[in-house]
Amino acid sequence: MSNSFNNLTRGIIRENPVLVMLLGMCPTLGVTTSAINGLGMGLATMFVLLMSNMAISCVKKVIPDIVRIPSFIIIIASFVTVLEMLMQAYTPELYAALGIYIPLIVVNCIILGRAEAFASKNTVFQSLLDAIGMGLGFTLALLLLGSLREVLGNGSIFGYSFISENASPMLLFIMPPGAFLALGGIIAVVNKLRGVN
Amino acid sequence: MTYLMIFITGIFVNNIILSQFLGICPFLGVSKKISTALGMGMAVTFVMTLATVVTYLLYYTFLQPYGLEFMNTVAFILVIASLVQMVEIILKKTSPALYGALGIFLPLITTNCAVLGVALLVIQKNFTLMAGICYCLAAALGFTLAIVIFAGIRERLERTNVPPFMRGTPIVLITAALLSMAFMGFAGMSY
Amino acid sequence: MNKNILKPVIALTGIAVVMALILGKVRQITQEPISNAKNNQELEAIAMVTGEFDNDPFAEKTDIFTPDKKEKFTMYPARKEGKLNAVAIKSYTNTGFGGKIEIMTGFNADGSIKTFKIITSNETPGLGSKTDEPKFKEQLNGFNPAKQVLKVKQDGGDVDAVTAATISSRAVLRAIERAFAAFQNFNKRDENE
Repeated sequence: MSNSFNNLTRGIIRENPVLVMLLGMCPTLGVTTSAINGLGMGLATMFVLLMSNMAISCVKKVIPDIVRIPSFIIIIASFVTVLEMLMQAYTPELYAALGIYIPLIVVNCIILGRAEAFASKNTVFQSLLDAIGMGLGFTLALLLLGSLREVLGNGSIFGYSFISENASPMLLFIMPPGAFLALGGIIAVVNKLRGVN
Repeated sequence: MTYLMIFITGIFVNNIILSQFLGICPFLGVSKKISTALGMGMAVTFVMTLATVVTYLLYYTFLQPYGLEFMNTVAFILVIASLVQMVEIILKKTSPALYGALGIFLPLITTNCAVLGVALLVIQKNFTLMAGICYCLAAALGFTLAIVIFAGIRERLERTNVPPFMRGTPIVLITAALLSMAFMGFAGMSY
Repeated sequence: MNKNILKPVIALTGIAVVMALILGKVRQITQEPISNAKNNQELEAIAMVTGEFDNDPFAEKTDIFTPDKKEKFTMYPARKEGKLNAVAIKSYTNTGFGGKIEIMTGFNADGSIKTFKIITSNETPGLGSKTDEPKFKEQLNGFNPAKQVLKVKQDGGDVDAVTAATISSRAVLRAIERAFAAFQNFNKRDENE
C-alpha cells in the first residue's frame, strides 16, 4: 500500500517532471502566458499521460521488444489526436489559445519517458497512479509558472485584473524572455529549498 | 521578395527557439560546447528539411484528398520517426564521416518538437511547397544560430562564479532569457 | 527468421488497427460539434459587429474582391425583416506584429464602420492584443473611411494607436481598410450592372 502511495505522490513534488527533472520544457515555456493556459495545458497533457500509461501497461506483454518504441509512439499519437478532436469540439477557445502545442504533446518527453520507465514494467493500477502523480506535478508546475507570469506581466490572475487601468505591469513577463526568466527563478528557489549544493 | 521575407522572419524575428519555444530540450541539453551545438544544428537542419518535404507531400497527396486531415499528427510523427531511422542507416553505410559527425544526435531528433512543430506549422500556414521549404530552412538556421550563440555564452559561463543555488539550470535559463531579449530587438523588422 | 519477424509485425499491426478504430469512432462523434463550434465562433463575431438580424448570414455569404482583384474576402449580410441592416466582412492582413490578423468588421449600408472584432491574431498579449479592447475600438464606432482618414495619428490619420503597439494598431486598421475597399468595390459593381 505504501508503494502505491509512493507511486502516486512521487511525481507531484519529489520528482516533479518540470521543476526537478526538467522534462517537457517546450509547452512549459510556450503556453504559460496566463494561469488558465497553464492549467489547460497541464490537464490536456495529464489526459494523454493517463490514457497512454494505462493502454501501454495493458498491452506490455504482447509487444515484442524490437517494436516497443514504435508501438508506444502509435498509442501516444492516437490519444493526442483524440484529445485534439475533443478539444476542438468542446473547448474551441482553449484549443485556439494552446495552438501548436496540443499536437506537440506527442513529443513531450514526459509521456514517452513514463511509458518507457514505468508503464512498460508495472501493473495497470500502479501505472494509473503514476500517471496521476506525474500529471498533477506537471499541471501544478505549469499553473505556478502561468500564475506568476500573469500576475507580474498582466496584473491579473485567471483573467481578473487587480491593478488600476493606468498602471502598467511588467509586460516582459508575458513575452518570450519572461518565460525563461520566470522558470529560471522558480527553479532557483526550488534548488534552494531542496538544499542543492 | 516574399521568400526573402519568410526567410528573414523565420531566422530572426520568429526564432524557433527563442520566440516559439520549439526544440528547447536540445537547446538546453546539447549546448555545452560550440562544436556539439553546431553538430546538433546541422543534424536538425538536415532532418527538418527532409521531414517537411515528405510530410508536405504526404499531406497534400494522401491525407487531404481522402479527408484524413485529422490524422496528421499520427502520420507525421510516424514519418519523422522512421525517417530518422532511415537516415541513420543510410548515413552509416554510405558516409561514415558524416555519420561520425551527426550520428549521435540523430536518435535525439525523433523527440525534438522543432521537427514535428515545423512540419505542422507549414501545413497550418497554408504555405506552398517552395515557401514551406524556405520557412523550414529559415527555422533550422535560426535553431542553429541560437544554439551556437548560446553554446558560446555557456563556454564562458563555465568559468564564472555563480551563486550555488543558481548553478546549473537556473543560470542557463536566465542566460537564455537575455539572449531571447536580444532577439526581440529584431521584431520591428517584420513590418 | 520468418518467425522472428512475424510476431512484431502482427503486434504492431494489431495496435495500429485498434488505435485507428478508436480514432474513427471519436472522429464520428466529434465531427458535428467541431463544425458547430467553428460556425458559432463566426456567428458570434457577426452578431457582435452587425447588431440585430433575423436572417442566416451564413446562407447568404458572398465573396467580394479588393479593387485590384487579388484578394478575396467573405461578406455576410445581416438583414432585419428583409431589410439590409449591416454587413459583416471577414478580412485579414499579414502585417501584424505576430503575422496574420483576421478581423470581422461590421459596416452600415452607408459605408461607415459599426464596430469590429479580431477573430484570430498572434499579437503580443497585453500590448498588441489591446487593439481588441474598448479603448481602441470605440474610436472607430461610426467612423466613415470615406470622410475621415483610417490611419494612426503617426501616419497622419484620425485614430489614436494603442500605446507601445503602433505596428499592431496599423495592421488592424489596414485589415479594416482592405475590407472597406472591397466593400466599396462591391457596391460600385452593383450600381454599374
